[in-house]
Amino acid sequence: MRKLLLPLASLIILAMLLSACGTPSGGEIVEVEVTRIVEVTTEGETQIVSAPAPGYGEILARVKERGRVVCAGRTDLLGFGYLDDDGRNIGFDIDLCRAVAAAVLGDPEAIEIVPVTAAERGPVIQTGEVDILSRNVTWTSSRDSQWGNFTITMFYDGQGYMVRKDSGIESQDDMNGASVCVTSGTTTEKNLAADFRERGLDFEAVIFEDTSSVYGAFFEGRCDVTTSDRSQLAAIRAGADNPDDYVILPVIISKEPLTPVVPHGDDQWFDIVKIVMYTLINAENPAYGPITQATVDDILASDNIKGKTVLGVEGDWGYSSLGLEPDALANALRAVGNYSELYDRYMGPFGIAFTLPRGANEHWTNGGLIYAPPIK
Amino acid sequence: MASSTSHRKSQDRKSIPFWRDERVLTAAAQVISAIIVIGGLIWIGVNLLEAAEQRGLSLGFDFINDPAGFPISESVIPYDDSYPFGTAFLVGLLNTLKVSIIGILLATILGTLVGLARISTNWIVNKIALAYIELHRNIPLLVLLFIWYFAVFNKLPPAKGSLELPGPIYLNQRGLYLSWPRLTETGGVFAVSLLVGLILAIITWVYLRRLRERSGRSTYFAGASLAVILVSAVLGLALSAWQPLWIDTPVFEGFNFTGGLRLTPEFTALLVGLVMYTAAFIAEVVRAGIQAVDFGQMEAAKAVGLKPMQILGLVIIPQAMRVIIPPLISQFLNLTKNSSLALAIGYADVFNVGRIMINQAGRAVPVFGMVMVTYLALSLITSLIMNLYNRKILISERAT
Repeated sequence: MRKLLLPLASLIILAMLLSACGTPSGGEIVEVEVTRIVEVTTEGETQIVSAPAPGYGEILARVKERGRVVCAGRTDLLGFGYLDDDGRNIGFDIDLCRAVAAAVLGDPEAIEIVPVTAAERGPVIQTGEVDILSRNVTWTSSRDSQWGNFTITMFYDGQGYMVRKDSGIESQDDMNGASVCVTSGTTTEKNLAADFRERGLDFEAVIFEDTSSVYGAFFEGRCDVTTSDRSQLAAIRAGADNPDDYVILPVIISKEPLTPVVPHGDDQWFDIVKIVMYTLINAENPAYGPITQATVDDILASDNIKGKTVLGVEGDWGYSSLGLEPDALANALRAVGNYSELYDRYMGPFGIAFTLPRGANEHWTNGGLIYAPPIK
Repeated sequence: MASSTSHRKSQDRKSIPFWRDERVLTAAAQVISAIIVIGGLIWIGVNLLEAAEQRGLSLGFDFINDPAGFPISESVIPYDDSYPFGTAFLVGLLNTLKVSIIGILLATILGTLVGLARISTNWIVNKIALAYIELHRNIPLLVLLFIWYFAVFNKLPPAKGSLELPGPIYLNQRGLYLSWPRLTETGGVFAVSLLVGLILAIITWVYLRRLRERSGRSTYFAGASLAVILVSAVLGLALSAWQPLWIDTPVFEGFNFTGGLRLTPEFTALLVGLVMYTAAFIAEVVRAGIQAVDFGQMEAAKAVGLKPMQILGLVIIPQAMRVIIPPLISQFLNLTKNSSLALAIGYADVFNVGRIMINQAGRAVPVFGMVMVTYLALSLITSLIMNLYNRKILISERAT
């Protein structure tokens, strides 16, 4: 009997293996009756989502019933989405959510922030699980077609360079032969090489796998220049021992338009979010004041027609079709302030996160790219 | 039961039922094990292919000729981001070879010295060697590399304030810049004639030594070989118009030194870390080998009247080599594979370049396949060479 044990056991194991052979687990396509089928391709996994996609007016109704706006965001990115000492969600992206909540529900605190990872960003807005995705998302054509409706770019980021102030470098042409510290395996590396090659300049690449080594080596003086998205450079610079010794050059070598996203299918919600953003931008226009958090009520009480139009209390700016109150936009402004106040709060000269010159994020009246259609 | 079975076995060989026949059972077990292993591998392979197709991942190598698009910090051959992925991989491979070969040589030398120091009768030398060995065997290599790179090499003076040594040689946190002789246009002839002279000198040496052993006469094999080299050198100089070399000195331009021979801090930190780490292990291997030689050999050699260095060189070391070589091979392989930690300090070895390629080309499976095959090939070649040497030593031993 003992002699039978080995062959018997082997046969049983073999049988089990052979039966397990066949279709690998996961990835089964299931047909479900839905009003609309969304095929989600995220990091390679194919799923069919069976949640009903929102149609016109659905999201607003759901938000009003729920009593809060659900935003997907970050809780760990300095300046854009992070937590303050009391654990309250703050940041540029978070404030955009608060503006929408103030416009729609009258209360900027009526938000719920859902932290998502980079891999989850797409699915979470595709399925309509959240109402707004405000998470440092770069607007690209593929994402626009697959993830949701991209509203309006609120932050024009791009790859930039950080150098020591005393190096005398002002642009790439001064960097011929310099050593550049960069993180490996990113588009940053490729853009760096392409930029220098196009200008016919040489550089020495000092490449590290992890970000902290990159900046550690830069601050030690191993390289003259470091490169990354400008907002990341600003956050790193803020954490240096002596931030004033370093300067972020005004050049941008790649396009990263950061834009809040809403789900496909509900044009009303799409319009609502966009118009709230327009108001924040238009309020900064010096022709209207500019209208700040503090002066909203003064303008409402005055007879400044232009200002009151921007605040939405003069004429029909579309609020009836959008299911909002006429003073929705004024509420939004009162909650977070105009674009410059919003920007300066976190990233201005006295910003609580770091300081990053607005550059392309200047108001169009100052030559920047921040521009919005009129409220009327 | 057992006795009746064996009784029946010895009586009735022809009619043992197959499920009790030992020969059948052992054969069946092997066949079944083979089926299980191969079946498992096939299942993994099929799973991989299906999953890749499902996710739209390509498993081909067609990306090899696409432009890489990323820079590499140092390269033995010319390279920039417009070269194809295949060239980038080659750059990484050459960098790995560079650090591995130099590392193996230096680690062997240092390890042998430390190993000999460890069995020295001089108390201080012995204890210093012990401290060195214990320190480097107990600290993880990654930690050592970080210490060498971030705590030592990064703290050297900045480029503008480099230490200047006679040569001129410049030392700063961006590297060690040496004045280096380089060949002129006519210098190629000089190099070739030197090489030819070296080969002829080796042949002369070997021939004259064997002649001495056979005939017993003294042939001046050392002098003859030296003469051959000198003649070929003079001939080479003459052919290259007496100007075969020029000295490339490093000059500071803009941000960095250009010219000369440059050793980057990444390469140097990796080399120093690997050498010191592996030398500690090699030291213990050498010590084990020497102590494995029978003490009687040492006594007999002393009785015969050999001096200590002669005892070591003629009696102890040749016998110790039998014990030293196999673990030494393992240490060489370890050094080669440990060089993949270059990733942590920014040296562009084959694993580092492979990872960048995966990110940029999106082909994880083919690139990792290439990296694994590379390390496998390096390891097999190293052990092949060393095993040949091993066999040669064994043959020259008296049969035991």
